[in-house]
Amino acid sequence: MTPSTISRHMVAWAQAAPMALVFLAFFLVPLALVVMVSFWDYNDYAMIPTFSGRGYTESFEGCLTRLPEACTMLKTYGQTLKFCAMVWAITLVVGFTVAYFLAFHVKSVTWQIALSLVCTIPFWTSNVIRMIAWIPLLGRNGLINKTLVGLHIVDKPIEWLLYSQFSVVLALVHLFTFFMVIPIFNSMIRIDKSLIEAAYDAGASGWQTLWTVIVPLCKPGIVIGSIFVVTIVMGDFVTIGVMGGQQIASAGKVVETHLNALQFPVAAANAVILLGVTLMIIAAMSKLVDVRKEL
Amino acid sequence: MTDGRSRAFYFLAAFFAAYVLFLYGPMIAIFVLSFQGPDGGLTFPMNGVSLTWFAKLWEGQGIVDIGAAFWRSARLGLVVMALTVAISVSAGLAFRRRFPGSAFLFYVAIASLIVPSIVTSLGIGLEFRLIDDTIKHLADTFGWAYTQRHYTTAMGLFTSGLGAHLTWTLPFGLLIMFAVFNRFDPRYEEAARDLGATPWQTFRFVVLPIILPSVVGIGLFGFTLSWDEIARSSQAIGSVNTLPLDLQGLTTTVTTPDIYALGTVTSAVSFLVIGLTLTTIRSLARRRTRHGDDSGSGLV
Repeated sequence: MTPSTISRHMVAWAQAAPMALVFLAFFLVPLALVVMVSFWDYNDYAMIPTFSGRGYTESFEGCLTRLPEACTMLKTYGQTLKFCAMVWAITLVVGFTVAYFLAFHVKSVTWQIALSLVCTIPFWTSNVIRMIAWIPLLGRNGLINKTLVGLHIVDKPIEWLLYSQFSVVLALVHLFTFFMVIPIFNSMIRIDKSLIEAAYDAGASGWQTLWTVIVPLCKPGIVIGSIFVVTIVMGDFVTIGVMGGQQIASAGKVVETHLNALQFPVAAANAVILLGVTLMIIAAMSKLVDVRKEL
Repeated sequence: MTDGRSRAFYFLAAFFAAYVLFLYGPMIAIFVLSFQGPDGGLTFPMNGVSLTWFAKLWEGQGIVDIGAAFWRSARLGLVVMALTVAISVSAGLAFRRRFPGSAFLFYVAIASLIVPSIVTSLGIGLEFRLIDDTIKHLADTFGWAYTQRHYTTAMGLFTSGLGAHLTWTLPFGLLIMFAVFNRFDPRYEEAARDLGATPWQTFRFVVLPIILPSVVGIGLFGFTLSWDEIARSSQAIGSVNTLPLDLQGLTTTVTTPDIYALGTVTSAVSFLVIGLTLTTIRSLARRRTRHGDDSGSGLV
């Protein structure tokens, strides 16, 4: 290294140092502490800094002994993964369609910007407000139930509209489709339009062009969007709490429940498990896409 | 696709319109309902029109001290915004060239974005708890009477809370800076350097004015992400709550439309911030197109 590259590196380090320090103090060290505390012992009111696997054994309690019946942990993760899969599939289809419309059918840049802003603005407003906003529509006496009863489509209000799995999925889709739209749109506007024309000239139908040209080229955007949505849903406890009426379990909610009970080692163990499962899903998703590229 | 308005266009336009309705419909419903009459309930129909629920909110009746939470969130949001802008721009400049550790820092930033918020929040909570225990232990060992008597916790809005919010806003800021510098033409800087500008002058009078609209955008992300943050704050905020945390708590207990009034006020702040920011960005862009080309005008 010449002195000039060293001094250039010094400048770069100085510029990056504040960000590095923030992540060190508020992300890396805390993450390490979560792993450390997950192996601590505890009693009713305090954590005890001696090595113990209790946090994990109590989390997995009954998982082996009560087979074939699923234990609480397994049920919770089954539930969470179900939410994940549903929300992912819906946001992918909706997000892709919206991005496709914006990228290929809106011709003027001004309109493209304006319509993108229309989609983005709710993202900048409060998530809790956007959740409670469903109450007057989905509630027992909500707009939808009143309309359905009024039109004699149902005799009595539908109960599963609010504080149910349905409302959880609906709210998650409502909140997080944005995370799918933006990266996919970003991939789409980078596609060279002449490729699409080439496909048409070569006789491809609209669907064929979509499936064999556009979708593969949008792959990075789809993967990024999917990772966003899946990680958010996996760790979510706010939406599931509010929209599920605090009655539906999820991986994130288990951590929160243990925290509220001040059982830090168990909470940390659950957090480590949640982190592990999330990272495995991300790894699998990036693999899945690469495999398709190979075919 | 090649010939303008096909059937696909109308189908997709309808789909898009439905999506926008889905996005905004529920929110419009609560904005309307927040003007519910004094006897009105949580659902339609409207029982008269009034400002009752806003007045209740203003007086702080029924609901926990919302005014305090409101200002706490606003103050925290502004600090997060300022720090996010400064730290992201600085790091963005560093990332324009590869430096030892740049890949690692980038992956850490991405990881901070995708690690479930509750895990980060729990970690920060534990970190500050352990700091507290250590300080108390030290105070007992060395007999620091003042610390023993007065120290409660290091956890707070502008320590752990601020840190928690930054782990969420900084990755966004950094990604925006990447997008900015990917499109940045380095010839402007070279020209400035050739004309004898110092690195600081180059940054202050050439680079910063060019990237300013995006920098304002980072500020927008910084404030709004902090203003609405719940998951990361939940375990790391200490004894007081931010506005969204209070709001979340209220969802289970409140049965009157004041929660909608609160929603309307919160959204109004969001919209105000968004509006101001977008106007600023637009006027900056317009000023640039007006003043961008000064060829032939000589030195002022």
